[in-house]
Amino acid sequence: MSAKHLQHVEPYSPQFGTMIPLGFRKFLRTCVVWQFIRFIAINIRMTVLILKSHH
Amino acid sequence: MAKVVVLGGGVSGHTAATFLKKWLGSDHEVIVVTPNSKWNWIPSNIWVGVGEMTVDDVIFELAPVYKKAGIDYKQAKAVSIHPEGKEGSDTPYVTIEYTDPSRAGESDEVEYDYLINATGPKLNFGATEGLGPDAGNTVSVCTAQHAAHASNELDRLIDQMKKGEKKTLVVGTGHGMCTCQGAAFEYIFNIEHKLKEEGVRDKAELIWLSNESFLGDFGMGGLHFNMGGYAMSSKIFAESLYAERDIEWILGAHVNKVEKNKIYFETLDGENDEQEYDFAMLIPPFAGVGLKAFNKAGEDITSTVFAPNGFMKVDADYTPKPYEEWKASDWPRTLQNPTYKNMFAVGIAFAPPHLISKPMKNPNGTPINPTPPRTGMPSAMMGKAVAQSIKDMILDGANEPTHTACMAEMGAACVASAGKGFFNGTAAAMTVYPIIPDFEKYPGTGRDLNGTTGELGLAAHWVKHFLHYAFMWKAQLKPGWTLIPE
Repeated sequence: MSAKHLQHVEPYSPQFGTMIPLGFRKFLRTCVVWQFIRFIAINIRMTVLILKSHH
Repeated sequence: MAKVVVLGGGVSGHTAATFLKKWLGSDHEVIVVTPNSKWNWIPSNIWVGVGEMTVDDVIFELAPVYKKAGIDYKQAKAVSIHPEGKEGSDTPYVTIEYTDPSRAGESDEVEYDYLINATGPKLNFGATEGLGPDAGNTVSVCTAQHAAHASNELDRLIDQMKKGEKKTLVVGTGHGMCTCQGAAFEYIFNIEHKLKEEGVRDKAELIWLSNESFLGDFGMGGLHFNMGGYAMSSKIFAESLYAERDIEWILGAHVNKVEKNKIYFETLDGENDEQEYDFAMLIPPFAGVGLKAFNKAGEDITSTVFAPNGFMKVDADYTPKPYEEWKASDWPRTLQNPTYKNMFAVGIAFAPPHLISKPMKNPNGTPINPTPPRTGMPSAMMGKAVAQSIKDMILDGANEPTHTACMAEMGAACVASAGKGFFNGTAAAMTVYPIIPDFEKYPGTGRDLNGTTGELGLAAHWVKHFLHYAFMWKAQLKPGWTLIPE
């Protein structure tokens, strides 16, 4: 099931030593419902950051 | 009547000039001197570079906007600053040379009471032999026109790939002292996305070539996100994305020469190497624009006003010291020139006290390390803070700057596109607080894990796309422009 996400990775290549997202994680990245929630979350996070940064 | 001259009409200069004019009204004069006739929302140049936007989508004419705002606009480049005036006059002034086609080459003197230097960078393609579009080897996305050229070259390459040819594409930095890795980061992932859309991803080898010592350095010494109960390094975040999209990486590289289809570089371990390519986009190093300064007697005081790299000295601690002794407090707060208190520098134009990333040299003595990024949100915040200080000096008689915009006390939001598309686009939404790591306040990572975040997804793409329209609207001073935050 996870093979198609990893088939380009060569053993002991630099890519071999890191995290690689699998199907569900990739699905969430473009899942409109989940991403709409994340859109609101990102906007709140950035607004807080802006408010903290003006002196 | 006070006269404020703003040199440069980019993000920081435009922000400073427009807010100053709004606050000062018609009783005082605001003058913008910039060689460009058009304003460019640079973050969207990435999408011009892959044909997803046109040049006209990311630029607009400055003259009508400044006319509407009551700002005196001179399409010219600043040549020299005379902060003490000249014989017979104590009034400071700048000399300018018009780039406006109707007055091209004419010189003029513009007097000021307050000066904001927001000249941005000189794209120093000349620092590396054969680098840049003018040399005919590599492309660039630093200007809208460069990006349009890059898009045409990419389209030509894709046509060849559709005929079955395999191609090598290299994206990254064209010198050991480059900054703006973020733009190259966005470009390589947008290319990857486009190649997939065009059905030729299997015909392309994509290579990231960078002066960073590790992936995810971004010129900020990397950062750590609070993710899944871990303080996760941007190194892992970036490596994961490159590995997922099957992009190879070459790090710690100083490109010293570019020829047609071949890049020569030396690495942090001192080895000389070369990389063949069919298409390459390498960011140039930045330098100051070459402004000179003279005192009342006409003597050259450039080294008093500017650092050796051509950026203006401000209230930073420029004492040379080793990395272990760097502190967040070295960074400027008011952005006021220490010698001439009516001069300020914002955005890329101010001289940083030192790098953010750890300085590194290879055994040949070649420095290979990213220089500090100070574009986008921080530069706009600097422009607004300096405008507020000058407004208080003019209207309320304040003797000292009343507002600060210190990169060690502010955060930055960065949305890096990884492919455009309303339903299949992605971007990395990152926040970092503070921009300059403060290891005394936040031991270990140097940053507040509650304010330093990162995630990849469609939502971040929507944010980036929304910001494009919001900032094009704001910069054109359309209704409600002041409500859109910097």
